[in-house]
Amino acid sequence: MKQLVCVSKTPDTTTNIKLAEGGKALDSAGVNYILNPYDEWYALVRAVELKAVAGGTITVINIGDASNDTVIRKALAIGADDAVRVDMQPGNALSVAKAIADHAKEGGYDIIYCGKESIDYNGSQVGAMLAEYMDLPYVGLGIHMEVEGNSATIKRDIEGGTETVQVNTPFVLSCAKGMAEQRIPNMRDIMSSKRKPIDVISGEITNTSTSISNYDLPAGKASVKMIDPDNMDELVRLLKEEAKVL
Amino acid sequence: MVLVYAENSDGKFKKAVLETVSYGKKTADLMGTECVALVLGNVDDAGQLGKYGASKVIQVNNDALANFDSQTYSKAISAVAENLGAQVVLLNQNSSGVSLTGRVAVRLGADCASGVNSLPSLDGANLQVQKKIFSGKAISNISLTAAKKVISVTGNTIQPEETGSDCPIESMDVEVGSAGVQVVSRDEQTGGPAPLPEAELVVSAGRGMKGPENWGIIEDLANTIGATTACSRPVADVGWRPHHEHVGQTGVAIRPNLYIAAGISGAIQHLAGVNSSKCIVVINKDPEAPFFKAADYGVCADLFDVVPKLTEAIKKTMS
Repeated sequence: MKQLVCVSKTPDTTTNIKLAEGGKALDSAGVNYILNPYDEWYALVRAVELKAVAGGTITVINIGDASNDTVIRKALAIGADDAVRVDMQPGNALSVAKAIADHAKEGGYDIIYCGKESIDYNGSQVGAMLAEYMDLPYVGLGIHMEVEGNSATIKRDIEGGTETVQVNTPFVLSCAKGMAEQRIPNMRDIMSSKRKPIDVISGEITNTSTSISNYDLPAGKASVKMIDPDNMDELVRLLKEEAKVL
Repeated sequence: MVLVYAENSDGKFKKAVLETVSYGKKTADLMGTECVALVLGNVDDAGQLGKYGASKVIQVNNDALANFDSQTYSKAISAVAENLGAQVVLLNQNSSGVSLTGRVAVRLGADCASGVNSLPSLDGANLQVQKKIFSGKAISNISLTAAKKVISVTGNTIQPEETGSDCPIESMDVEVGSAGVQVVSRDEQTGGPAPLPEAELVVSAGRGMKGPENWGIIEDLANTIGATTACSRPVADVGWRPHHEHVGQTGVAIRPNLYIAAGISGAIQHLAGVNSSKCIVVINKDPEAPFFKAADYGVCADLFDVVPKLTEAIKKTMS
């Protein structure tokens, strides 16, 4: 079983977002970067679990410059065998998906994993785009997977329930909570990850017509209106007449 | 021309789909063109989409589309878009939309924005759309400048607007290939309140409940107003409540009109999943709970006292 896991680098979940250059950019000063949790906890760990029973190899792929090597090493410590870094700025989802597809087309991978979204841009786009560039089946929002030979049975989230689907390898899968449990690499894993190879290849931004022109911060809430706990009639009145939500 | 993929759920349209047809009509008006809806498979009364702004409905009936598969569905949507010369294709940002939007954009060689949450603005032939990023901690203004644009719209971005009357339905045959993904079974909640991603009223509780046996007062409040129940992550992690009720950054992101949170302190990861709620009511006995800063209305008191009183006060106004 040859597995590829797409991983991205994101600011951690507690990051306070600040704007720079008059809203043209986000301020990266003091930001702590992590491996995107959906890529790490769910996609990569499921690939590691599957390798333990099916054998084979796990490659992780990341788009970005050498500053991403820290989070790539984390992925190697969790259990990937090797890594590919496409040395380019990520640009937009179309460019990222195309760059991954260009590598993956030559790789002969059976399962290609993504997280359900990156926690920074929340796009949920790369997996489906990658599947289309490679003309492969795609299962989005997977929360459980059983694999037998070349057949996978996957449970995925739908509105108000789940759907169970069957798909044959090769395919692309996005992973949501439930697919696996977070693992903390031990010291031996961390040490051995330093000897695993990161293959740096060149890539280029292929779509420039979709772009973020600027950023805004959400308008802050007006200060909270505190209600007397003994006067719930007043809260109900406000919800009906002021907020108009009841 | 603006083409809206109007997804049907067992032959019916959900409210979010009607919203997207209305969004399509407004986008088409802005561009000085028409809005056409696309229906895949059998639907009773597809002409009703005319009421929400479609000038016609294109219906593709093909046995290969009986079950959802992103490959066959995106081939059908892209083929219709090409046949009609659509400049903009709109989809819903939901569990099928996340599998389709990117695929359709790649097939059409289009620009792509997913999960937008405001109506577009026009700048020449370019569209500018807004999308929340960092789980609502910032907003990105995205510019789409290619000749074709694919956009998925977040639920509750606008309300469906009935502006017209039923429209004609035309059928179209397109090549869709065969499905690589076979649906084996579906396990859907039937009856009861709306699923969380689509719920307009949500009542949620957290560790302040002290134990799963105390959830009766939360369910009473939810039942009284027809709300869906939710919970915070710690409560789902210890098994007090099922995981599908967990709202927050790693759980379900919700955007109801009203979110009532009892006994939840409001950690940043929880706020990330609920900050799109139009109105937030926080009930917590800790005056320092960070959630009060994100709330519209706050009640600082013991939830075991306040929640039943709130339920009674609502019942009084209903009788």
